Amino acid sequence: MSLDQLYQQIILDHSKQRHGSGLAETDAPAGASTGQSHQLNPVCGDEVTLRLAVADGTVQQIRWDGAGCSISMASASVLSELGEGMSVEELHSVIDNFREVLRSRGKVQADPEILGDAAAFEGVARYAARVKCAMISWVAAEDALNQATV
Amino acid sequence: MTAVSTPASLQRSVHAMDNAEVLRIRNDFPVLDQLVNGKPLIYLDSGATSQNPLSVIEAEQEYYEQRNAAVHRGAHHLAVEATEVFEDARQTVADFVGAQYEETVWTSNATEGLNLISYALSNAALWAAQGRGGSALKDLAIGPGDEIVVTEMEHHANLIPWQELAFRTGAALKYIPVTDHGTLRLDAAAELIGERTKLLAFTHASNVLGTINPVAELVALARRVGALVVLDACQSVPHMAVDVKELDVDFAVFSGHKMLAPTGVGVLYGKQELLDVLPPFLTGGSMITTVTMERAEYLPAPQRFEAGTQRISQAVALATAVNYLTETGIDRIHAWEATLGQRLVKGLETIEGIRVVGPASGSERIGLAAFDVAGVHAHDVGQFLDDRGIAVRVGHHCAQPLHRRLGLTATTRASTYLYNTTDDVDAFLDAVSGVRAYFQA
Repeated sequence: MSLDQLYQQIILDHSKQRHGSGLAETDAPAGASTGQSHQLNPVCGDEVTLRLAVADGTVQQIRWDGAGCSISMASASVLSELGEGMSVEELHSVIDNFREVLRSRGKVQADPEILGDAAAFEGVARYAARVKCAMISWVAAEDALNQATV
Repeated sequence: MTAVSTPASLQRSVHAMDNAEVLRIRNDFPVLDQLVNGKPLIYLDSGATSQNPLSVIEAEQEYYEQRNAAVHRGAHHLAVEATEVFEDARQTVADFVGAQYEETVWTSNATEGLNLISYALSNAALWAAQGRGGSALKDLAIGPGDEIVVTEMEHHANLIPWQELAFRTGAALKYIPVTDHGTLRLDAAAELIGERTKLLAFTHASNVLGTINPVAELVALARRVGALVVLDACQSVPHMAVDVKELDVDFAVFSGHKMLAPTGVGVLYGKQELLDVLPPFLTGGSMITTVTMERAEYLPAPQRFEAGTQRISQAVALATAVNYLTETGIDRIHAWEATLGQRLVKGLETIEGIRVVGPASGSERIGLAAFDVAGVHAHDVGQFLDDRGIAVRVGHHCAQPLHRRLGLTATTRASTYLYNTTDDVDAFLDAVSGVRAYFQA
């Protein structure tokens, strides 16, 4: 396992060009049901606040603010790009799949058909200390999704 | 076996340490002899925990193979032997920091020591309120209107116990701010420490900034108003000569695992006249004189604060670690680490995009340096270094308020010990110089 497999170019790119970042500056779409979740990793200080808007069973918008390592920031960026436009069920199932891959210690391969750009985080599964970094925004999304679809 | 476990520097020379000696010392530390990610391990995280020489590992094993028994009870041979080595260990550690035997209390670690003081003091208020413990306790009792003073550079272990003591007693918590150079603002300290101050707690050396605080000046400010002084000596006792009597602090704490010993053992030093009157923190077996169904009378220190079966093998191992440091020469270790600390800071200062926190090169610091890399999070820096076999600490190093003061959420820290060479520092600096390019920052 080389460092380059962990820090794939797509991750470095997303950590700098952050899709969906800027929660405070954007309003949620009118009429949509929203949920918001704040997650903190006290070990390293990674922090994400994520808001998710749902209308007609579809994820309309994912916006977030955060501070943290390249893995956590890129992961939030990929998630918001990937999740917008999905049905609530689809996003739930993608989050479950992402979690399964990341917690597998490298045993479960990522399927780009399901995970899209998020498949690039497959390498993180080999670095136990970094799994939480990749998961933090996904945990926030799951929580926000549950709130928005009560 | 004995050949490798004998401290390498038994020559007891007064000459300065050099790389050749350090490489001999390193042979005593089995864990350092390994490859990490295919590269020789360079361990620069001794500020978090240090490694154990073979003599320390063997001391713990030898205790279990030959002497294991509960101390201070039982008349059988093993119990006598175990008690003897346990109490000899206390004397060895007491001598190392200039304390008396009776003033040296075993704890699990420095954190427990600080909590012990914090709870003993709030118990003092409870006892005094009910007329228990005599007049001496009345002076020690903290209550509403009193103030506890800490500093902005404290490790959470020397902050939160005082926050909670303030909460339990109704006292107010104040803090001495740090300057942009990572030193304490003594002008502010002189104003803060006043008639209401009952306790001043501060670190001897900062685990983030590397600053060595002026103990004498701070103690003088506390004495002026009759406040107690608690010294967090976690980052000083392992690395430099510390004499608690000379420093004239009332309490001091340190952890074994930061000074070549195993985890699970630490030390609380307290002036005897204080320890003998303070109420205990933990109560139970081994710390009592007479017990009835209604109440108990307690032993004087140190047993007063050592309820329950103690960490005997760890105490024995800590004494062995102290011997290792003494035989190598704590002043020589201090001087060597000061050299490494300067080399670290000087090197980091020449790398573009690096901001070292704490004193600049040329100013006194212990053998560590924490820094920020522009555009790269500390976790990524740590991962990059680990890939090259270099172990450092990343995060807030249990000092969130200090990081907030510095305008950072996390830093990367390299911390050295007697088994690090200048080549370790140079390899680290070389790796750090490649970090920003790798992350395209």
